[in-house]
Amino acid sequence: MTVSYFPGCTLKNKAVDLDKYARQTAEKLGVTFEELDEWQCCGGVFTESTDEIATKLSSVRALKKAEDLGNILVTVCSACHNVIKQTNYQMSDEDFASKVNNYLGSEEAYDGQAVEKHYLELLRDDIGFDSVKKQVVNPLKGKKIACYYGCLLLRPSKVMKTDDPENPSIMEDLVKSLGAEPVYYAARNECCGGYVVADSPEFSKRRAKDICDGAEKAGADMIVTACPLCMYNLKKSGSDIPVVYFTEVMAEAFGIKEGENNG
Amino acid sequence: MQRIGVFVCHCGTNIAGTVDVSQVAEALSHEPGVVYSKDYTYMCSATGQGMLKDAIRDYNLTGVVICSCSPRMHENTFRKAAEQAGLNPFMLEIANIREQCSWVHKDMAIGTAKAIVLGRAAVAKVNLNAPLTSGETAVTKRALVIGGGIAGIQTALDIADAGFPVDIVEKKPTIGGKMAQLDKTFPTLDCAACILTPKMVEAQQNENITIYSYSEVEDVKGFVGNFDVKIRRKARYVDETKCTGCGLCTEKCPMKKVPNEFNLGMDSRHAVYIPFAQAVPKVATIDPNYCLKLKSGKCGLCSKVCSVGAIDYTQKDEIIEEKYGAIVVATGYNPISLDKFDEFAYSKSKDVISSLELERLMNAAGPTGGTLLRPSDGTHPHTVVFVQCVGSRCEANAEKGKEYCSKICCMYTAKHAMLIRDKYPDTDVYVFYIDVRTPGKNFDEFYRRAVEQYGVHYIKGMVGKVTPEDGKLKVQASDLLDNRQLKIDADMVVLAAAIEPDKSARPLATMLTASMDTNDFFTEAHPKLRPVESPTAGVFLSGVCQGPKDIPETVAQAGAAASKAIGLLCKDKLKNNACVAESNEMMCNGCSQCEKVCAYGAITYVDKEFRMPDRTTQVRRVASVNPAVCQGCGACASACPSGAMDLKGFKNDQILAEVDALCR
Repeated sequence: MTVSYFPGCTLKNKAVDLDKYARQTAEKLGVTFEELDEWQCCGGVFTESTDEIATKLSSVRALKKAEDLGNILVTVCSACHNVIKQTNYQMSDEDFASKVNNYLGSEEAYDGQAVEKHYLELLRDDIGFDSVKKQVVNPLKGKKIACYYGCLLLRPSKVMKTDDPENPSIMEDLVKSLGAEPVYYAARNECCGGYVVADSPEFSKRRAKDICDGAEKAGADMIVTACPLCMYNLKKSGSDIPVVYFTEVMAEAFGIKEGENNG
Repeated sequence: MQRIGVFVCHCGTNIAGTVDVSQVAEALSHEPGVVYSKDYTYMCSATGQGMLKDAIRDYNLTGVVICSCSPRMHENTFRKAAEQAGLNPFMLEIANIREQCSWVHKDMAIGTAKAIVLGRAAVAKVNLNAPLTSGETAVTKRALVIGGGIAGIQTALDIADAGFPVDIVEKKPTIGGKMAQLDKTFPTLDCAACILTPKMVEAQQNENITIYSYSEVEDVKGFVGNFDVKIRRKARYVDETKCTGCGLCTEKCPMKKVPNEFNLGMDSRHAVYIPFAQAVPKVATIDPNYCLKLKSGKCGLCSKVCSVGAIDYTQKDEIIEEKYGAIVVATGYNPISLDKFDEFAYSKSKDVISSLELERLMNAAGPTGGTLLRPSDGTHPHTVVFVQCVGSRCEANAEKGKEYCSKICCMYTAKHAMLIRDKYPDTDVYVFYIDVRTPGKNFDEFYRRAVEQYGVHYIKGMVGKVTPEDGKLKVQASDLLDNRQLKIDADMVVLAAAIEPDKSARPLATMLTASMDTNDFFTEAHPKLRPVESPTAGVFLSGVCQGPKDIPETVAQAGAAASKAIGLLCKDKLKNNACVAESNEMMCNGCSQCEKVCAYGAITYVDKEFRMPDRTTQVRRVASVNPAVCQGCGACASACPSGAMDLKGFKNDQILAEVDALCR
């Protein structure tokens, strides 16, 4: 299977591990991530404004390109996923769609029919966690992993439809298929502080500390996340618990993580 | 040619303020057929009606047009007056120049011109009107009450008291409904069973009442005064006429691990069971999903211990057919499923319970014998948090919950909080609310008592999350008045779940052709003026099936529904709607279009012999309208491709004449 891949800016600098291991683990699972040509930044934040289209054009271009290629569009960063999926949903608004299409002036208008998926959704719905299990050569036995969702992966749930926003299970199911034991704690679907860190670092530090402390108290050895911003905030919490991307633990279990013994 | 009289009403200044009424009367006097035209201040007054009657007699009027308010207001008044003067009431038409003219216009010239056109259309119609007479049908003097909760019981008792036979159909093995599961009732705190069970017994003893428990309505045909109903009596594998309710079988049954629905699954019952001590009828029922004998053929212990031989494993469902004049729907409610509210950890912790579960935990006949204990470990809770509006007052189009207020939760939560504080003064009680709504006699006083006398902590704000941790429930909430976030370590969390109509209501509404709103509550004929009648004639509404209600309101509505049903049953004959559809058999080609669109089942097809011009006889299939069932909606008339179907009083040529007059 070949999918169109939208890595996003952060994955090209701060979050290279998220990107690298996503491609490698996908390859192992028989899925080729074909990076879109000339993709542009998703904008980072989805704006609620409906008369503002400029920040959403790059998402539309990416969606259109994937549709033209006949591929589904896969993201790995929670923020890109959130922006692109919400933009795609907004294309069902006729007003918005006609403004966007007028602006783009493309020969063939984009109608919002492309399918965008987060890598986690691809793993669950298209590849299947059973297939993931088959690729595991280093089962993460005895490892207690606290999955951290944050907001962008789950909300607004009416649009995202990634999982139940109050009781999600997609990451825990993945972690189980890798042989590790998921750990449940209160803050797993709460906000890390997000971009508030720019304005009020003390506030987001407090949020992040609550999350890390909760995970630790529940007995977790590490936290996994899908979001570079969550990772940034959690790492600044002052807590000692390691925070890694979900793709990294996958790579470890698949025996393809660099510097590890390859099975 | 008709001799038509036109009367233009001023309605004080309601009409005369924007319409030059004398000019309207003058203009209409020149219309074809009009022999008399006048305006008057209040046509609906006794003087106005007198004027109408005098004119009918003096001018030998054969038709009348009243230019006034909506026909919904006074058509009946004027038609009665005309009838008293010897005119067929259907020869009178209203031109609505108030709601549809004077009230919506500001400019006198425009208003007057429009009033003239509306009057002209009415005159054109009356020119083609023909006298109509209503048929009559007899009334079956028996009522059906669907649902045996407090609403159904009260309705049945009131109808029976008036001397009419009533049947109660209840799908559960006993009547009593939700009220039987409640511990105490607000605002007086008397025990629910103590006030309900005498009524249950009264219903059983009343010779006018027949209780079909463990039964469901299967099919409804017919119309007001003459409903034909099929009732399925589900096999309970126990002969109701023999069983004495001794309960020996329920003790001896080896299948003990059946979740007890009466206690909401918090304890278990046997496969053969009597739901609770005061059940009516007090008869055992065998649960076929768990009975070993019925499932595998082994066991049969209950049959061996039954001294009267009431157990019958071969019993089958039985269908009974009965005729009724009136049907009262009292299908009640259920709390919504809390599966989608995982932020409150309902599915993760046994100590997060619904309010109805708390009723059972506080009840002496409940799983803990009335002692409040945590379901997880049976310990005494020291901190209890109540969350109100769980699933109520949600955003429209939200993925979960209801848009409406469930109405009863504020009061029962105050009751629960008060009872806990009264019985266990060492227990701290918090109630999180959006608003506290207590309209009702002695209701606000009751809530104030919970706050002031019993020291219940009422906090305005919602709970965001409940997490089970170290045997406690970590409650995160916001205090909106204090603008701060709260964290409470609770032992128990009680969710005031929204209520929704019983699932059986929707299919029943289809059978009854009764309308429902988007929330599956039955719609009343008029939200203010006809609150207990369904728009479907002969179908009445009692209790929560029409909208959320507490017990006092339910009982009041049950009585009102009963009185409406009695009013119907008292009549020997019912006058039918005179404006019914009629098929011109010579033009009918038997295509069945009308039958398909008829929502009331009023049209059937018959094979009829026709004498042809060449003196041969031909059998053709033609539509036939039952005038007693037809509601005069006109759907068939517009669906008929050959123009054979017409609606009396609204015939195609009459409507076209009106359109022509409007466009002239």
